[in-house]
Amino acid sequence: MTKNQTKINKWIVIILVIALLWFCAYDIDWSSLAFFSWGSLKSTLISLMQPEWSFFYNGSSEDVFSLMLMTIGIAFIGTFIGTVLCLPFVLLASRNLWKNNTIIPRIGKFILDVLRSFPELVYAIIFIKVVGPGPFAGVLAIGVHQIGMLGKLFTEEMERMDEAPVEACHAVGANGIQTMFYARLPQLLPIYASLILNHFEIGVRSASTLGLVGAGGIGATLIFAIQGRRWSRVSIVLLSIIVTVFLLDLLTGYIRKKLR
Amino acid sequence: MIVFDHVSKTYDNGVKGLIDVNLTINDGDFVSIIGLSGAGKSTLLRAINRLNNITEGEITIDGASISKANKKQLRLIRRHIGLISQQFNLVKRSTVQKNILSGRLGYYSTFKSVFGLFSKEDYELCNQVLEKVGLLDKLHERCDNLSGGQQQRVSIARTLAQQANIILADEPVASLDPVTSREIMEELKNINETMGKTVIINIHSVELAKQFSTRIIALQDGRVVFDGNPDDLTHDVLTMIYKGNAFLNESEK
Amino acid sequence: MKIKDTVHFQWYKNLFIVFIIAVCLIGSASVTDASFSEVFQNLDQMAAFLGKLAHPDFSYIPDLMMPMLKTLKMSALGTVIGVALAIPFSFLATTVATQNPIVTNIIRLLLNIIRTIPNLLLAAILVAVIGIGEATGVITISIFTFGLVSQLIYESIETIDYAPIEAAESVGANKIQTAVWSIWPQIVNNVASYFFYAFEINVRASTVLGYVGAGGIGVTLSASLGLFRYDRVSIIIISIFIVVLIVDALSEAIRRRLA
Repeated sequence: MTKNQTKINKWIVIILVIALLWFCAYDIDWSSLAFFSWGSLKSTLISLMQPEWSFFYNGSSEDVFSLMLMTIGIAFIGTFIGTVLCLPFVLLASRNLWKNNTIIPRIGKFILDVLRSFPELVYAIIFIKVVGPGPFAGVLAIGVHQIGMLGKLFTEEMERMDEAPVEACHAVGANGIQTMFYARLPQLLPIYASLILNHFEIGVRSASTLGLVGAGGIGATLIFAIQGRRWSRVSIVLLSIIVTVFLLDLLTGYIRKKLR
Repeated sequence: MIVFDHVSKTYDNGVKGLIDVNLTINDGDFVSIIGLSGAGKSTLLRAINRLNNITEGEITIDGASISKANKKQLRLIRRHIGLISQQFNLVKRSTVQKNILSGRLGYYSTFKSVFGLFSKEDYELCNQVLEKVGLLDKLHERCDNLSGGQQQRVSIARTLAQQANIILADEPVASLDPVTSREIMEELKNINETMGKTVIINIHSVELAKQFSTRIIALQDGRVVFDGNPDDLTHDVLTMIYKGNAFLNESEK
Repeated sequence: MKIKDTVHFQWYKNLFIVFIIAVCLIGSASVTDASFSEVFQNLDQMAAFLGKLAHPDFSYIPDLMMPMLKTLKMSALGTVIGVALAIPFSFLATTVATQNPIVTNIIRLLLNIIRTIPNLLLAAILVAVIGIGEATGVITISIFTFGLVSQLIYESIETIDYAPIEAAESVGANKIQTAVWSIWPQIVNNVASYFFYAFEINVRASTVLGYVGAGGIGVTLSASLGLFRYDRVSIIIISIFIVVLIVDALSEAIRRRLA
């Protein structure tokens, strides 16, 4: 292709993209913006700047502090369940564990992809119908979603690992399970631990959201505060979420560095 | 004793890795296999413990066929064959002790190995072999904290812990500096002479091969083109094997 | 023979880790009233519910086309705006471009805060402030993308080759010129890749943003749930899944060609 033709192609692509974007923007219902007033925004922002500190900890089990603990707890068990239950799928989905068989890894990967694709909210809705509203539904929702997320990441690491020690084990006459414990797991465990910690943190964020639909944790409090326009309460809740995630980020970052 | 009987290997894409190889390797031999890259050295070596399959012929070890063995027999035969590779094939994050004990896995049931229940004798064996290679102080050291030469010696210790009669070494010194390479070759020679173990090495360096082996086998395009004493390996023979003078840098030093 | 001579010589370390995990588990279980017996007791309820979901209302598909399309458009627009805003801020967030650690750290702190807020909560807040509708959805996605992509971009700026920057400096270019001519060409491919990565995530997320009123198919989902029309809920979930699958596949194909 000549230089001119590449240049023309580039311009065609750019024009197409802009046309696409215009098409998207045109169709969107912008009417809601008409009701927007700067005054109300200003008063909202002022309220947001004054967090309702008393709501943070008042000894009851309904305060932000306890709810944040609950949220962390939801994420912890959810991630734990996700880790434990994804392992059989990882064994099914890793290509290097199934010598000549390509069907089984494909099925395994497909199952993990399905579990991953649904937003956690959808799982939360389903589980609320099964075990009722409350934190447990959140636990199950996060757990099932993490099976997919961690499953896919674990499979990728398993397929990427160094096969040389595996060969050494075969050369010595070790069977499949022995090879797994002596050659594969020592390589994989540090990486897996790092991924699990990362997803625990993501889980805390998800857990704070799931309360929106009634799956326990701080989300419910937040949605009530938002709907009631109690912005100082919204502010303290948001602040706690941000600080918690920040602290968890530091903690997990520290642990992950020590795993290297 | 290892016997290759009309052994050939043809890959799925038609490429011939080994063509009609007939060899007998006696106990206590120190054999070096030389040749250009791609000549079939690795294929030959790894066929001995069946990490590579062959398509024709048979390989027997002390009378028992390994190329035709079933899973259980294969496991039993492999217990007595040790493998050392260019990349050391150690689990880098595990300790030296664990790596050496993993050489004994063929002797343990799945249950015991999963829980790390090795016998007292095996722990002592581990200490003994480490002392033989001079690394007893590194018992609980992580393998990625060791130098290349030390890691290769741990590999050798592992084959000793296996109480293997045959030691296969696939380019054992290719990743090491000249001084360390010599040390490793001497270690292998020592084991061969004092413990009577058969040692078969793939090696690039003709000089090291000539210096340490009792027998040299040369491969070219899958065929055995030389099999005999290191002294018979003249300049002309080497030119034929290496299709040119590429080896001269080594032996002219 | 003592334990310290065996392969279990670090047993106390492993035990400690197991202990900590056990403590966290028990603590979390009590806090969340987790009870697995409840799961098994209610298994028949789950079966009944799944049974209802197992009869998707395929006739509802035509009604889903519009909201689905709207969702995709919302995501596309939001992603574009978010990435466009993220680019200048990412430059400000690295010392490579600004050579000013104070500015860099302030901007990074800001970006971190924005990134911490889960996008559903962001949507809920914006809906309360701005109002229900797709415009809110677009704004939510823009802000979320801004937070997500800016970290990716500034991390990739930090891994580039310094030579062109030094070259630009040595001929007297100022910071903006250096950014445009030395840094940008090196990261352009990465930025495009992150665009599609964010688009993928946003399509997934935007399907539920409507649940809090921010437009798109989430609105339909919320409505059907409220009406207890589980057959419709089921077909909505299936169509979300299919759309996400297609977008994922396309996005991966494009990102592989960019890499």
